[in-house]
Amino acid sequence: VVEGLALLDLGVSPYSGAVFHETPLTIYLFHFLVEYAELVFVITDVLTAVALYLAIQDFNKVVFKKQKLLIELDKYAPDVAELIRTPMEMHYIPLKVALFYLLNPYTVMSCVAKSTCAINNTVIAFFILATIKGSAFLSAVFLALATYQSLYPLTLFAPALLYLLQRQFIPVKLKSKNFWLYTMQYASLYLCSLVVIICLSFFLLNSWDFIPSVYGFILSVPDLTPNIGLFWYFFAEMFEHFSLFFVCVFQINVFFYTIPLAIKLKEHPMFFMFVQIAIISIFKSYPTVGDVALYMAFLPVWSHLYRFLRNIFILSCVLIVCSFLFPVLWHLWIYAGSANSNFYYAITLTFNVGQILLISDYFYAFLRREYYLTHGLHLTRQDGTEAMLVLK
Amino acid sequence: LWYLFSPSVDKAWKELTNILSGIFCASLNFIDSTNTVTPTASFKPLGLANGTDHRLLRYTVLPREVVCTENLTPWKKLLPCGSKAGLAVLLKAERLFHSSYHSQAVHIRPICRDASCLAVSWELRQTLTVVFDSFCSSQGKKDWSLFKMFSRTLTDACPLASESKVYVDISPKNKEKELLEVTPAPTSVHEAVVQGDKRTYAVYDLLSPSLFNTSRSLNVQLKWKRPQDSSELPTPVLHAQRYVSGYGLQTGQICTLIYNTHPYRAFPVMLLETVPWYLRLYVHTLTITTKGKENKPSYIHYEPAQDRRRPHLLEMLIQLPASSVTKITIQFERALLKWTEYTPDPNHGFYVGSSVLSALLPSVIAMKDVDVEQSPLFTSLFPSSDGSSYFVRLYTEPLLVNLPTPDFSMPYNVICLTCTVVAVCYGSFYNLLTRTFQGGGGLAKRLANIIRRFRGVPPL
Repeated sequence: VVEGLALLDLGVSPYSGAVFHETPLTIYLFHFLVEYAELVFVITDVLTAVALYLAIQDFNKVVFKKQKLLIELDKYAPDVAELIRTPMEMHYIPLKVALFYLLNPYTVMSCVAKSTCAINNTVIAFFILATIKGSAFLSAVFLALATYQSLYPLTLFAPALLYLLQRQFIPVKLKSKNFWLYTMQYASLYLCSLVVIICLSFFLLNSWDFIPSVYGFILSVPDLTPNIGLFWYFFAEMFEHFSLFFVCVFQINVFFYTIPLAIKLKEHPMFFMFVQIAIISIFKSYPTVGDVALYMAFLPVWSHLYRFLRNIFILSCVLIVCSFLFPVLWHLWIYAGSANSNFYYAITLTFNVGQILLISDYFYAFLRREYYLTHGLHLTRQDGTEAMLVLK
Repeated sequence: LWYLFSPSVDKAWKELTNILSGIFCASLNFIDSTNTVTPTASFKPLGLANGTDHRLLRYTVLPREVVCTENLTPWKKLLPCGSKAGLAVLLKAERLFHSSYHSQAVHIRPICRDASCLAVSWELRQTLTVVFDSFCSSQGKKDWSLFKMFSRTLTDACPLASESKVYVDISPKNKEKELLEVTPAPTSVHEAVVQGDKRTYAVYDLLSPSLFNTSRSLNVQLKWKRPQDSSELPTPVLHAQRYVSGYGLQTGQICTLIYNTHPYRAFPVMLLETVPWYLRLYVHTLTITTKGKENKPSYIHYEPAQDRRRPHLLEMLIQLPASSVTKITIQFERALLKWTEYTPDPNHGFYVGSSVLSALLPSVIAMKDVDVEQSPLFTSLFPSSDGSSYFVRLYTEPLLVNLPTPDFSMPYNVICLTCTVVAVCYGSFYNLLTRTFQGGGGLAKRLANIIRRFRGVPPL
């Protein structure tokens, strides 16, 4: 961003080079705030934590209300008393979420490094707050801002829509007129805000240069600087002939989990939101640890799933060890010269496998708890013997 | 290589580079848009010009190419007599490349055909600069001769030449005469002001009949009368150095030091830097300091690089105060390239071409306006538009920078491993999304019971 401002001062478009890939609104914002950059990033982190706190507080109320309704409607099996959540246990969850975000070493590292990922996290946190509060307009505006900055929050449209539909008590049926009416309303709010923001950016710098530099850059992955993701080494070692094919495959990989997850998790849009944010953080083209910090902040919300998690110990060990090994092996490759790129690449692979297995473990635990809630904790087969639960 | 064109520049540039590559047996065909820049102020057209648009100018440097015998041979072929007669008989490859410095150049410019300037001709000027280190080879004596340097002597002039002269610099240092002696006696003595210094030259005119009277061959010899005490060479008024600092393969810094050794005159210098795209320059880290204080350039033109399309171009006009050292630093980040973009010896490093310093240096001694006809050599080698300053173009050292390399033996492995990780995610999510929980038993229960028996725990 500092380089972009310096290029503007020299009279050259910041997008004429290959170093600056932020949006024009970011340049406009930092034009005034570059002197106080550290303070800005501290304030964005605090704002994110506050937004998450308020959002989860409201969400807990919604969860408890829904649980009460389902108990009254007798949807739960009789012997699941120990799985029912009480307000007492849910009391400290918002505080835990805020602390998980603020005290996460990844968040601290992002703040110290002054990474613009923190601003992206703030916008997504405000989007979640607006969605949970039920304001479709604000939710659409913040989602448009998040999409404008980095393309991938586009996939968060589906969970937000499902949550708002649930809040308005509109059932998700493809034939229902109400459903389509509301969807069209929300989609048009979102698209209009996006168009307004993009036109505003055009008028800020008087050119459309930012579109290939920001979105073309995210989609075509020309810069192979090592990061914690999977893309850089893959495209560094790719045969030129297949480069375009694999770029398309990797980009589709981020977007195509949305529809199946929407079908499976349409009753639980908040968990869908969590899984979607995690998938974006793992598979986006230029991930950073700030993205990881955002979805990890939500883990206390699902702390009641702890008894159903299968591999949580080994996964936390993998993630912690990889976090320590990242800087060590980077130093060995780049500065000491005694290791080569394969060492750092291996840790990248392990870290991403750890993240993927963490998310799928939480997904498994969530689905299992839902099954137990409706079918009871002690499962018996027809002949009365105890049965094991298997995913078939 | 720099050239000024009429419109449809890029197509003409490509054709020119390929033709020149063929003529000079040099790999000039590697010149493409990734190493060509369009400078705005450093290069002005020589000879006749009608105020050309700087957008039609192209400049490239290929730092990896070295000059060798196969470039010398076609260069000699451009001479009217080749290497068969005249001064060019001295240019034999095995002696020329046994030297400390070697440089050859070809300049083409339009000039007036005659004094009335009704027609325009093209002037081809070829220069060859060689620095022989005869001090080491001749046991500490600074005497030299043509035979010692080139292992042959001059026998006659080229019949096609209108002028064929040898100039030997015999300028006395500190007004002491009779310090050195040249044999045989020169045909004449020429005095000129060259780059601010008054210099005396002994001239051997190969076309004058008196030269080959005594012997068939001309072997110019220079002998010093007194053994030399360590006399310092005068430092030039403007000289520069460039180096890369920093450690590791992530970042670095390009530092250029420019020295102005003139005791009381300050002058501006135009610096042109071309840096390849894979060293990403950060122009906000550009600092110029002179004598500890910041020195703001009066003109900056910066064109950032585009990945795989064009290099960085940085042109600055910097005022150098008298007797000072100016340090220009700019930080860069090293990019990781695709594995096919590395040269076969990637750990050798990547070259960054020299930067160009152009300056009009003030001259201590007033220079007379010399007629082109009278001394064509001096007016073209040391041009001066007015009597008080002369033009100098300096090239700094090229730099060698290491880039981080991926493992070149791993393309298949990397593709497999990364796709495995993506497949782990796809597989887990597919299972969780398409399958439902059922009370099962069967194989899973039996396996679990076996393990429980080993543990000594009651079975399920």
